[in-house]
Amino acid sequence: MPADYAESRPNVLLHGGTVIDPYAETATRADVLIRNGHIDTVAADLDADVSDAVPRIDCSGQHISPGWMDMHVHLREPGFEHKETIASGTRAAAFGGFTEVACMPNTNPPLDTRASVGFVKHRAEEGPVAVHPIGCVSKERAGKTLAEMASMAEEGAVAFSDDGAPVHNAGLMRRALEYSTMLDVPIINHMEEPSLNPDGHMHEGAVATRLGMPGIPACSEDVMIARDIELARLTGGHVHVAHIATARGVELVRRAKSDGIEVTAEVCTHHLALTDDAVEASGLSTHTKMHPPLRSAADVSALKAGLADGTIDAICTDHAPHAPHEKDVPFPEAPNGILGLETAWGLVGRHLLAPGVCSLMQAVQALTVAPRRILRLPAPTFEPGAPANLTVFDPDTRWTFTEGHIRSKSQNTPFVDTELVGKAHGIYRNGQWVACDAVPAR
Amino acid sequence: MPASHSRSASLSHAHLLDLTAYTATDLRRILDTAHAFHDGVDTELPSLHDRTVATLFFEPSTRTKTSFQQAAQQLEARVIGVDASGSSVVKGESLKDTAQTLQALNAEIFVVRHAAASAAHFVAQHTDATVINAGDGARAHPTQALLDLYTLDAHYPAVRDLHVAIVGDITHSRVARSNIRALRTMGAEVTVCGPPTLLPADLAAMDVHVTHTLRDALDACDVAMLLRLQLERQRTGLFPSLPEYHAQFGVTAAHLQAYPDLRIMHPGPVNRGVEIEAAVVDHERSMILDQVAHGVPVRMAVMALLARS
Repeated sequence: MPADYAESRPNVLLHGGTVIDPYAETATRADVLIRNGHIDTVAADLDADVSDAVPRIDCSGQHISPGWMDMHVHLREPGFEHKETIASGTRAAAFGGFTEVACMPNTNPPLDTRASVGFVKHRAEEGPVAVHPIGCVSKERAGKTLAEMASMAEEGAVAFSDDGAPVHNAGLMRRALEYSTMLDVPIINHMEEPSLNPDGHMHEGAVATRLGMPGIPACSEDVMIARDIELARLTGGHVHVAHIATARGVELVRRAKSDGIEVTAEVCTHHLALTDDAVEASGLSTHTKMHPPLRSAADVSALKAGLADGTIDAICTDHAPHAPHEKDVPFPEAPNGILGLETAWGLVGRHLLAPGVCSLMQAVQALTVAPRRILRLPAPTFEPGAPANLTVFDPDTRWTFTEGHIRSKSQNTPFVDTELVGKAHGIYRNGQWVACDAVPAR
Repeated sequence: MPASHSRSASLSHAHLLDLTAYTATDLRRILDTAHAFHDGVDTELPSLHDRTVATLFFEPSTRTKTSFQQAAQQLEARVIGVDASGSSVVKGESLKDTAQTLQALNAEIFVVRHAAASAAHFVAQHTDATVINAGDGARAHPTQALLDLYTLDAHYPAVRDLHVAIVGDITHSRVARSNIRALRTMGAEVTVCGPPTLLPADLAAMDVHVTHTLRDALDACDVAMLLRLQLERQRTGLFPSLPEYHAQFGVTAAHLQAYPDLRIMHPGPVNRGVEIEAAVVDHERSMILDQVAHGVPVRMAVMALLARS
């Protein structure tokens, strides 16, 4: 369904901005003329040449890049509409500057059939934000037998994952990777060996020990990443490491890439922003509880280094809404996960760009080129005739994120009252313009 | 014991959730007040006459709950009790709703015992009541540590000169965490001792010595505090068998003979023949029953000092 906050603007001139082309790695002062929803001309000072009938959008002081993609979100529909819906989740995405998202299949029922994948595609069809479903690796997400991956891929599934839980059985993971080579899609694994953290609620270390909180060792991720790298080596399949969070995990991926193994990785913005100290500092707020957990300062440094040197390909959010009453319980009893779409770019600006961890070009690549390369999606370009798919943003506005900025149906974010650096101002896709701040909260 | 502190001054804390923010002066004030209650000396603290103390116990407890109830009654408070088995908790009521319901019934002091670490902190965040943590998961059990401190204070000239060994399952022990905190705050040395499978990661960051050899711990300490070994830990593979645990970490009469000044503590309930030989429980250098008896004056002191005027 078309979103009420999106304006139909088949013809529009974005003028006064700087065009960031992550393929050519150029940043150029240029106007962008869009006709019939497609790129017409990208050139300096088009204002005088374009008819007054074409509406203008003032982009002075802004950057214009290919539309951002978050390859790891939870839209909760079907089955958990009290947490989020496809409509509310794409609203949060639009506010955050994303034109495309890939959604995880741990819904109820899980997305493990052609029909359920089709349902999600259909629900998001006409909105300004594209939704690409990720199908289950296993039937009913039960970790026993392969789901109908080929049928789901035909229907539009872009990858397969049992996210929320790992593909625990090594034999099943082997078969999934083998089968995926026929479909040319990645298998995204939630990297945790559950027997190493049977009751864990936070990173195992000095903070958890002091708090008496059962821990999740970093090793529970590392052993699963190591296993899957060896399975990718065996099968020639593409394994994608979901939400990498440990220093050893980064090193394992770095070595596997240098061995020529087809492995890619994504990092969540919250894992770049916070450590396990935040659990204690927040008074054990359940908004600091997620899987994988917030880890040590050394892990965060390694994640940043991995992003800077290209070991980590993509930046994502693992946007995971939960209703207030579900999070309003003692820490060990709370479900895992936090919102991410609305705060993603402001955290990138604060924790990557402002301290000089990586360049603006690298950050844009991790939000545009990388996720589409991993998921084999056509990447939006500035070539004349290409469908216009753009994000307008700045990398330096300092603003304080408040509850009023939340566009999700839920409110579970630790970043309320946090200063962010950089803001998305608008997105263009599907012939529609969305001014991010015009996206309504409800 | 220095009696010069103003006993009538209350603490500057709103709750007793854990001992993190409690200074040595705070702990001393609680101990002195407890001594006064024990000796029947007037503390000049307001009584809790006509005020309501609610005990919320979501885990089974005998000594802690009884001790809190007795302490509240001696302060002339009304006591209402909620047990998980007999409440709407079994009907799925959330902890937040249970706490707010009791507050609506004018309970001013909540004593909370819960299996989830941080549960007492959670109740404090969601009510206006004064909250006393009676044990939350493996996080904290501050009144146990205070009564242990009181027991040491009663037997030795200065707690700060002591070296205490805590032996057993530290990973799952809120008693160990609160005792480490209390003893280090008072300046005592602490050695923790147990098999590596029952010691949590980065334990040395809590400013304690760590050993896996009981003899090393006993060589170093004045007092050995033995922890109850939860028998279900064997099922989850954290140690091979009870006899092996006893052989490695059980304190026996032979140990008491070899260390003539050693005294023994245990928060109870004891597993005779596992972490502690039966003869040690009943030995004259066992302080186990003193610990139980000291629970009442210590909890009276905590409630009287925290109660808002």
